[in-house]
Amino acid sequence: MIEVKNLHKGFGDVKVLKGITTSFHPGKTSLIIGQSGSGKTVFLKTLIGLHQPEEGTISFDGRVNTEFTIEGKRQWRQEIGMVFQGSALFDSQTVEENVMFPLKMFTKQPLSEMLDRVNFVLQRVNLDNSNKKLPGELSGGMQKRVAIARAIVMNPKYLFCDEPNSGLDPETAIVIDNLIQEITDEYKITTVINTHDMNSVMEIGEKILFLKNGTKAWEGSNKEIFKTDNESVVKFVYSSNLFKKVREAYLNEIN
Amino acid sequence: MNYIEHIGKYFIMLKQVFKKPQKGRIFYESLLKEIEELGLKSLGIIMFISFFIGGVIALQTALNIDSAFIPKSLIGFATKRSIILEFAPTFCSIILAGKVGSYITSSIGTMRVTEQIDALDVMGINSLNHLVLPKVIATVFFYPFLILLGMMLGLFGGWIAGVLSDLFSGVDYIEGLQTEFKPFLIFYAMLKTLVFAFLIATVPSYHGYYVKGGSIAVGKASTQSVVWTTILIVIANYFLTQMMLT
Repeated sequence: MIEVKNLHKGFGDVKVLKGITTSFHPGKTSLIIGQSGSGKTVFLKTLIGLHQPEEGTISFDGRVNTEFTIEGKRQWRQEIGMVFQGSALFDSQTVEENVMFPLKMFTKQPLSEMLDRVNFVLQRVNLDNSNKKLPGELSGGMQKRVAIARAIVMNPKYLFCDEPNSGLDPETAIVIDNLIQEITDEYKITTVINTHDMNSVMEIGEKILFLKNGTKAWEGSNKEIFKTDNESVVKFVYSSNLFKKVREAYLNEIN
Repeated sequence: MNYIEHIGKYFIMLKQVFKKPQKGRIFYESLLKEIEELGLKSLGIIMFISFFIGGVIALQTALNIDSAFIPKSLIGFATKRSIILEFAPTFCSIILAGKVGSYITSSIGTMRVTEQIDALDVMGINSLNHLVLPKVIATVFFYPFLILLGMMLGLFGGWIAGVLSDLFSGVDYIEGLQTEFKPFLIFYAMLKTLVFAFLIATVPSYHGYYVKGGSIAVGKASTQSVVWTTILIVIANYFLTQMMLT
């Protein structure tokens, strides 16, 4: 479980995160939503240690990230998988080399074992027969799947995804969403996703955190988001007529 | 950010670069790749330019000697000194700063803006050490050989120019090359090369690693890195010459 307490982060005079307190649970897909500039990416990057918090704590199964020893931090890093918005695959390496990279870096497994593991995770993300291709030869959806494979190859306890659906067609976006949810459920990973995609919110948002101006404006599940009367959430999530109608239909159904 | 801040940040970067690689095998693979990218792929341009510049230096020297009292062997002597002292180590390093420097900045800068460096950091990899150290080792070990080759081809180019133009004889030229040969000058040139190679690897890496923005920012950083590497090579050249030859 990831527990965040009173998290503050700023850059110079600009305060981006203003006292966020929340928690993310294993085996559940948690989504962070909010307008552009609400602090989602900074929040995610602070969670994974790319930014240092100014105030507050983040604990990973009881281990506070600011109190890690060097060895503890190394161990924690290996428990994290991250899927970046643009996939962040290494251009000069093939799919196989990209996925194998963390194994080569952090394990002493023989090559055959590493290859078995790489093939296993590539099959898990439904990406067979692309081992020798370079990232530039793959479609956006395939790149995302390679990024997910690289993120899970070390059996992470925590999976973070920054806008995993950005730039993907709706059909591929759903495939990626379902894949992340299946992996989360299967391996009991604590998954945190930063998204703008309302389909993801409705489909896989077991927990949703709504940020507004660097503060937590609302928290709940994808069921609760239909019923909420929080003005900011309603304005943000149901900004399109389609989602307004979906909400009305849902509310009519449960009433 | 002012110059002092940049200098401070550059040295903080170097502190991270010069750490023990996390995985020897991966470092060795990266080193071989960098030797190929930064060294072997620069062989052609250095050989081509050295040969022709050597020829031009010899021709210019021959054309500017009017007096019959000045021996023709002076052409070989002057060409040798020009090539060993300045052309090969300094001029070739400036060419490499342009070719290799822009490559280093754009490749690391692209990794930065496409979050590949963030991906390394999240995995717990010292990204500076992983990306920059192989480049530093590759340039520092390989460039002395490249510059030595440049020297030899420059001197050969001078000889060919003389033979083809008939402005001086090959015998006079070789006599000039053998006159007052000081091994210390080769040492001086190699020492300069090591310093310049270090600058060629680290200054563009600094510009690429700390780039902010998108593709235009990477392009601007590449230009900046070439300009600053060239300026630093020229300044270092002045101080090394002052310290070692005066």
